[in-house]
Amino acid sequence: MSSITWIIIAGAVLTFLTRIGGHLVLSRFERIHPRVEVALNAVPAAVLTTLVAPAAAEADWRGLIALAFAGLVALRFNALTMFLAGGAMIILLRQFS
Amino acid sequence: MDEQIYQRQSVPADPGRARTQFWEGFAKGLPIMIASAPFGLLFGALAVDNGFTVFQAVLMSAAIFGGASQMVGIELFGHNVPAWLIVFSIFAVNFRHVLYSAAVGRRIGHFKPLQSALSYFLLTDPQYAETEKRAESGKPVTFIWYLGVATPIYVMWVTEAWIGGLFGNLISDPHALGIDMLLPIYFLGLVMGFRKRDNWAAIVIASAVVSIIAYKTIGSPWHVSIGALAGILMAVIVAKPEKAKGQN
Repeated sequence: MSSITWIIIAGAVLTFLTRIGGHLVLSRFERIHPRVEVALNAVPAAVLTTLVAPAAAEADWRGLIALAFAGLVALRFNALTMFLAGGAMIILLRQFS
Repeated sequence: MDEQIYQRQSVPADPGRARTQFWEGFAKGLPIMIASAPFGLLFGALAVDNGFTVFQAVLMSAAIFGGASQMVGIELFGHNVPAWLIVFSIFAVNFRHVLYSAAVGRRIGHFKPLQSALSYFLLTDPQYAETEKRAESGKPVTFIWYLGVATPIYVMWVTEAWIGGLFGNLISDPHALGIDMLLPIYFLGLVMGFRKRDNWAAIVIASAVVSIIAYKTIGSPWHVSIGALAGILMAVIVAKPEKAKGQN
């Protein structure tokens, strides 16, 4: 097999370990401390934000406007509407300005 | 009682509702499928550009099933980086899943062992977000519901690698199409979905500031884990002890 295939297989095994690993560690404890509970409840906002913030910091003004617009749309509409609105905004800005 | 039970016992399954639950999940999976389509296609096209066969592109989407890490993998492959470093980079980009995994165990701990293994394999960012929201809404998080979410996403993700690989360079100018901003826009939507949770703003600000600093100093992909830990630390610091007990 080529090296690409081996890279893919090794990457897949390690990725699966990240996806099951946190659970395997925590499931050794039957009860969890309230502080840990607070930490786990913070996971969605804490992790997902890191996938947005550096991109926003690096973005051109068109990207920032599209992000801000999408953020406003998200206050009233569902995630798909928000995504399509933000996507339309960035394409329009990149094409016409 | 001071402590929370990590894995809750399952609600007895009602087979008559299984089909409904699958389609309820499927309805949540569809928008994710649409939003991920540009990246699935782009991945297939770039992979073939970087020397992958179409089969290898499809294999990578099917076996790793993590967009950002796949992009990093093919990008490094184009730069003659040693194999172990590429594998390590894929691992580093995906390291955030350890946190999802720990947190989601509270929601899907009642799945049977094989169901559980498959569910963790399918645990992507949006899958995790939907599972948290489902649990928050008080509806049962069943395996069949979880599969309903994952099925359209997974099937199309793999198919897109194949289509992208076959038709390759139809995407001539990704920048003009705003491809670089689509992922941040999508993830911003996921972040906004959790805005009713306690101390959301404080967590987001801590996580944003620290991830930007880490991105500019230490570099990618470590900004994700470092920023995330800062957000979690903020949550633990600002949480009021008496409130912490009452949370889900």
